[in-house]
Amino acid sequence: MAFLELTGLTKRFGEVTAVEDFDLTVERGEFVSLLGPSGCGKTTTLQMIAGFEQPTAGSITLEGRDLVAVKARNRGIGIVFQSYALFPHMTVAQNVAFGLEMRKVAPAERQRRVEQALALVHLEALAGRYPRAMSGGQRQRVALARALVIEPEILLLDEPLSNLDAKLREEMQLELRGIQQRMGVTTILVTHDQTEAMALSDRVAVMHRGRLVQVADPLQAYENPLTDFVSSFLGKTNRLEGRVLERQSGGCRVAVGETTFEAPPPPDEAAAGGGRVIVSIRPEKVEFRPAGAGLVEGRAAARIFLGDHWLYQVETPLGVLLVIRQNAGPAEVETGGSVGLAWDPAQVRLLPYEAQA
Amino acid sequence: MPGRFAPWLMSAPALALFVALLLVPLGMTFVLSFHAFGFYTGIETTVDLANYIDVLSDGYFHEIFARTFGIALVTTLLCAAIGTPEAYFLYRMRSRWRSALLLVVIGPLLISVVVRTLGWAILLGNRGVINTALMDLELITRPIKMMYTTGGIVIALVHVMIPFMVIAVWAALHRQDPATEQAAESLGAGPATIFFRVVLPQAMPGVLSGSLIVFSLSASAFATPAILGGRRVKVVSTTVYDEFLNTLNWPLGAAIAMLLLVAVLLVMVSWNRLVERRFAQVFG
Repeated sequence: MAFLELTGLTKRFGEVTAVEDFDLTVERGEFVSLLGPSGCGKTTTLQMIAGFEQPTAGSITLEGRDLVAVKARNRGIGIVFQSYALFPHMTVAQNVAFGLEMRKVAPAERQRRVEQALALVHLEALAGRYPRAMSGGQRQRVALARALVIEPEILLLDEPLSNLDAKLREEMQLELRGIQQRMGVTTILVTHDQTEAMALSDRVAVMHRGRLVQVADPLQAYENPLTDFVSSFLGKTNRLEGRVLERQSGGCRVAVGETTFEAPPPPDEAAAGGGRVIVSIRPEKVEFRPAGAGLVEGRAAARIFLGDHWLYQVETPLGVLLVIRQNAGPAEVETGGSVGLAWDPAQVRLLPYEAQA
Repeated sequence: MPGRFAPWLMSAPALALFVALLLVPLGMTFVLSFHAFGFYTGIETTVDLANYIDVLSDGYFHEIFARTFGIALVTTLLCAAIGTPEAYFLYRMRSRWRSALLLVVIGPLLISVVVRTLGWAILLGNRGVINTALMDLELITRPIKMMYTTGGIVIALVHVMIPFMVIAVWAALHRQDPATEQAAESLGAGPATIFFRVVLPQAMPGVLSGSLIVFSLSASAFATPAILGGRRVKVVSTTVYDEFLNTLNWPLGAAIAMLLLVAVLLVMVSWNRLVERRFAQVFG
């Protein structure tokens, strides 16, 4: 029996369906991200787990116990809100102690646990401050300490890092992951930031238009997306519309416009759609060849230097392709130069055809 | 010639209005309060503090001032006690109901204070609606005296003043992060705890500024105490009125008016100080 089980979870607001038939199981101690663009239903799902929204249909169980019937205040779930939602009229220590007070923990014990929680997020020195007098990163830590001090069954993180600047966000990601693993607390993160989801989670659950599209570990979801949406949403990709020409042993031959190349076996849906497929090739899997020696030929239209790598736009008969090359010495191709592009056929992904959203 | 006079020129109309309608009459009242009044001679343009000494040393005026500030204080407390939960209910309501009920709360402001107070007179009189109903139901044998009492004045003033409190608290509630209530709930707090430990403290600046408005308006209210208190329950503003129009002792009336102004100002300034010191580090 899984630790947390969401089964057939559905939420409608009048005519609008926010979440539809959502199934997910989370194991104890696991870190799962609900990932998707805004309006995909991830926050509504979080609100239902927290108990702030009642599901229209479906069930939520924690170790086999029904959670839907339990009031939000009795669910024992720690939440870190996007706005942090600290109590502005209380000091840091009072903020953190609030949950323990509600649980009627004795003052001495309370004090000890507040100190412990503040030490966990390195804020012992600021216990007497008011939230107003703190930076965004510090408030974030207080919010985390306040959610963790009650030793929650589940920790819910609602876009917790989106209000921090890029550098601080990276630091907090590492710290958050460290704390989560040390405490072993089951964690669900809601985010629209795919790098954050991939960096932090054991598994990502990609949502699109209220539905769960794919649940997999980050590498699996990135390398083997099930749909066009997942492949475009996770990282960058070259998305091409193609047609399966013929199946071969262990793969097939696809055509994109006039160009044909080898690819792994097409998805089952391709046959029904007259062989139409979406061809996805990740920019970092594309390599340069001397002009005339590639699978396709093109001209480097633009080059952007991004520190650890270069991003090229190459004009080809297939359209403009993105190519990412590691910064390992001088740039391989100059802007305006003719160049051939090649890739390992095993790195090409064929996905069921969907009209571009 | 745009230059450093431009801001003055642009605010000149408003300044002229302000000076003509507020500063000049106030200044003239101030000067008037130092003149003397003779029963046969009328206003004499002497300058001394006799009027102030009269008021400050007379038990009769002490009682009137005490009654006025007592009424204002009780009205303020009642407005805070009723208006704060009222604003919170409105804040939590679905938007469809909210706009309708907000109109109900603020609606009385659209009706003249005199009309509203006369309405209360109809309700509170010895042969008013309330007493007649209670007697017809045989719950009481003789009417309860409500007209011409401080209690009656307080009831009517609370009704007049409550929109100011609701609006002030409402504004404060809208400044707070709604997620703080959810945060408290997820930490195990029930509805009452959330209200008293999380919502109310954050709304406190609104309650306090609302109190300031209600107190100063109640202390200087005229129509309500004049109609419901009459000559029997005098407050400062009705006393000033009587001095001006019945006794015709304008200088004494002016002195009482100045004392009321100073007293209300003192209360406001010290209250503001207190509030600012308390909340500076929390809300800033």
